Amino acid sequence: MTTLATPNGFTLDNSGKRLVIDPVTRIEGHMRCEVNIDSSNVIRNAVSTGTMWRGLEVILKGRDPRDAWAFVQRICGVCTGTHALTSVRAVENALKIDIPENANSIRNIMQLSLQVHDHLVHFYHLHALDWVNPVNALKADPKATSELQQRVAPNHPNSSPGYFRDVQTRLRKFVESGQLGPFKNGYWTNPAYKLPPEADLMAVTHYLEALDFQKEIMRVRTIFGGKDIHPNWLVGGVPCAINIDGDMAAGAPINMASLDYVISITQRCIEFVENVYIPDVIAIGGFYKSWLYGGGLSSKSLLAYGDIPDKANDYSPANLLMPHGAIINGKLDEIHPVDLTDPSQVQEFVPHSWYKYEDESKGLHPWDGVTEPHYELGKNAKGTSTRIEELDEAAKYSWIKAPRWRGHAMEVGPLARYIIGYQQGRQDIKEQVDGLLKALDVPMEAMFSTLGRTAARALEAQWAANKQKYFLDKLIANIKAGDTATANTAKFDPSTWPSEVKGVGFSEAPRGALAHWIRIKDGRIDNYQCVVPSTWNGSPRDNQGNIGAFEASLLNTKVERAEEPVEILRTLHSFDPCLACSTHVMGPDGQELAEVKVR
Amino acid sequence: MATETFYDVMRRQGITRRSFTKFCSLTAAALGLPPAYAAEIQNAMETKPRIPVLWMHGLECTCCSESFIRSGHPLAKDVILSMISLDYDDTLMAAAGHQAEAIVQETIQKYDGNFILAVEGNPPLNQEGMSCIIGGRPFLEQLKEAADHCKAIISWGSCASWGCVQAARPNPTQATPVHKVPGLADKPIIKVPGCPPIAEVMTAVIAYILTFERFPELDLQGRPKMFYSQRIHDKCYRRPHFDAGQFVEHFDDEGARKGYCLYKVGCKGPTTYNACSTVRWNGGLSFPIQAGHPCIGCSEDGFWDKGSFYNRLVDVNGFGIEANADKIGVTAAGAVGIATAAHAAASAVRRARQKAGDEPAKAHDFEGQN
Repeated sequence: MTTLATPNGFTLDNSGKRLVIDPVTRIEGHMRCEVNIDSSNVIRNAVSTGTMWRGLEVILKGRDPRDAWAFVQRICGVCTGTHALTSVRAVENALKIDIPENANSIRNIMQLSLQVHDHLVHFYHLHALDWVNPVNALKADPKATSELQQRVAPNHPNSSPGYFRDVQTRLRKFVESGQLGPFKNGYWTNPAYKLPPEADLMAVTHYLEALDFQKEIMRVRTIFGGKDIHPNWLVGGVPCAINIDGDMAAGAPINMASLDYVISITQRCIEFVENVYIPDVIAIGGFYKSWLYGGGLSSKSLLAYGDIPDKANDYSPANLLMPHGAIINGKLDEIHPVDLTDPSQVQEFVPHSWYKYEDESKGLHPWDGVTEPHYELGKNAKGTSTRIEELDEAAKYSWIKAPRWRGHAMEVGPLARYIIGYQQGRQDIKEQVDGLLKALDVPMEAMFSTLGRTAARALEAQWAANKQKYFLDKLIANIKAGDTATANTAKFDPSTWPSEVKGVGFSEAPRGALAHWIRIKDGRIDNYQCVVPSTWNGSPRDNQGNIGAFEASLLNTKVERAEEPVEILRTLHSFDPCLACSTHVMGPDGQELAEVKVR
Repeated sequence: MATETFYDVMRRQGITRRSFTKFCSLTAAALGLPPAYAAEIQNAMETKPRIPVLWMHGLECTCCSESFIRSGHPLAKDVILSMISLDYDDTLMAAAGHQAEAIVQETIQKYDGNFILAVEGNPPLNQEGMSCIIGGRPFLEQLKEAADHCKAIISWGSCASWGCVQAARPNPTQATPVHKVPGLADKPIIKVPGCPPIAEVMTAVIAYILTFERFPELDLQGRPKMFYSQRIHDKCYRRPHFDAGQFVEHFDDEGARKGYCLYKVGCKGPTTYNACSTVRWNGGLSFPIQAGHPCIGCSEDGFWDKGSFYNRLVDVNGFGIEANADKIGVTAAGAVGIATAAHAAASAVRRARQKAGDEPAKAHDFEGQN
């Protein structure tokens, strides 16, 4: 190919200079990206590759379905818990188990605290260095930085000139030590960085503050789940029994002291997000609002399953506090319902993935999914099978499958949720989005961009922190009304189960729509399939040649310096890629997997 | 540019010269060295740069890194800015692609034999190693090259230590723990297992190495004895209920609300060596049993393949009387005293037996062989 038009409306041209970024850093897992740039340094072709594969689903075959949450939780330690939640929902859906109201509230609190934590850590520790230059912060005037801080977030207590001077001194000594640690070999002279030194210093200071604060957020999950990372879950409810004022309440998982702890942390989360995270996104965004690259699929094809059931056991869209629906072909005012049990809706394709189907012109619904690893490079690839120089995207080129909704490549994640919710007229989302657009003085179209994705994530963190409080209040009210149940164990014993059942569980992970499909036979897992957010966003091409969200978002971006991929990192990071999630997929049949032909 | 030394760092953190000197004397004493060595330590600390660390990621889920950043004492911020020089960590580093890989080469050249290789995850051997690709090559190659030149290896978490979830049966990628990687250079390896390890355990291992300039004493399996020499059960706050025969029979039953022992709903605390019931998680806040779920044994080798997490332990070697917990439960009220005594005796015998067969491993210093 030189020029190729994709069915989903993009033009690809691979005639220009090829750039390779491997590894893409500051993501979860392993990823490679190749692009072609034209003579004006504009990206005209993009190739995104998942570079790891673990095969968790085949490992699950034959296991106890009640254990599945622990296995799939290890799909990802960054969005820890969201896979576990999705798994217990899939098992409960298959076995028709209802959970108590308190369990629903506690699960929601855990899921919402993950949203807050994950979004915050993503912004400051994985994404900020794409916008913020720590070396430039050394030139800042601490007094002016203090004034900036007080202007953008008057309620944040850490704002004195002395405070910023101390941070700057520490940073200076760090830089002068010559051992730059994580900042080493960054692109600090690249003109793509636009912040004045004071904004850089403020942001670097918050990088450190957020690193300190994030460890507090997840303590909510330590109380309900016993540890974080990878807290504990339970089919039928939650494992943490409640005993507020009875005998031996002090030794119970949930008592007045632990509830008080959660109340305190929840309040601090709201304050940190509202006094630090949101103002920083607006302040930084203000300096980059002319950099509106990276829209990709966000104005065309978006997908959300919905999450956060208000009442327990009702997963219908009306009861879900996070938006549900699909937008296709750029028709933003038409929201389609999504049915995860319909075999014609979600399907996975593999003609460009390192797997093999009998008929690769067709996609497979996850309940009937097949995965046979098949690592091989295309004939136009450069290098060798164990020393890849350039991939051939006309052939197989990624460990990620290509999931499609009714044949469409879809973007998932905070931006997808926020655009769908906005179009549905959800009042909470509309108020947030309109407020942000007003603060930045940009039109709605600005949301369809890299920055829009980053801003939607911040708004969602704010939303989640406040909803965490909502469910905490709800939990306390329910306990006050006399209901302390946390688990339904009527069907915990596998001998009570039908011999063959299937189910699906879904959630909105921090990175987007997530679903697990399970088949249970004679008390054991017969088939387990996960289709995860970064599989949607990071998917390679499909049988029709549609490109996925990562690839679409990179097109037509101008890079300042071809050898320094800061713009590419910026846009890829705006999706918060999670590659361990996207590349764990495995087949249902327990095929022989050790034999893999490499040609 | 000047290179910052350990002493510079301590001064920067407000530690006085006098305290620093005292610290060096205490360190010498702790190492069993004559007082004269204090000056030597002081000299080393004043002139040595922060130790470079290459933190590499294989097949994993990043839970170890996520745990690490939750450390309260010391703060992850202080570890990264002041204790080590985290020159390569693809989860946190600013650079990507060529600029990232160049750092590995630079560190190997500049600090040959003097950097720590921290490994999170493990390499797969199937698919020619290409089910984990870094820079277009198998992670296996990156790992082996770094290991050739490092001073010592820290195997973070159960992936690097044992293989963990991707190595559970049938291990489709042949994911292999670090110490079993074919052709890996013979370097001291310290295993810090757990899925993930406790944050403060991770940072304490680093702090110990920097403070005492040697590896902590390891057990036969290569784990620091200071955190892994006791079973969760040994120091569990619910242990008295075990001894008294008071058990949770079902989740959310009366026993669950009173904090009774979780043995009957599958707790693996009696066979799991870790510090969860002592150090606890997230700044000492809680641990799985305290939050009502049985321990799943995530720091033990092959814990994924030992049956359901909700099946109670039976016929476990060295487990003795605990296997009879059913009976104890039935006759709880009257038999408490007897059960406790019998249990204590059995445990004592078991401990003695283990002691006889389980010679403590020699403490490692950096020059030692693993």
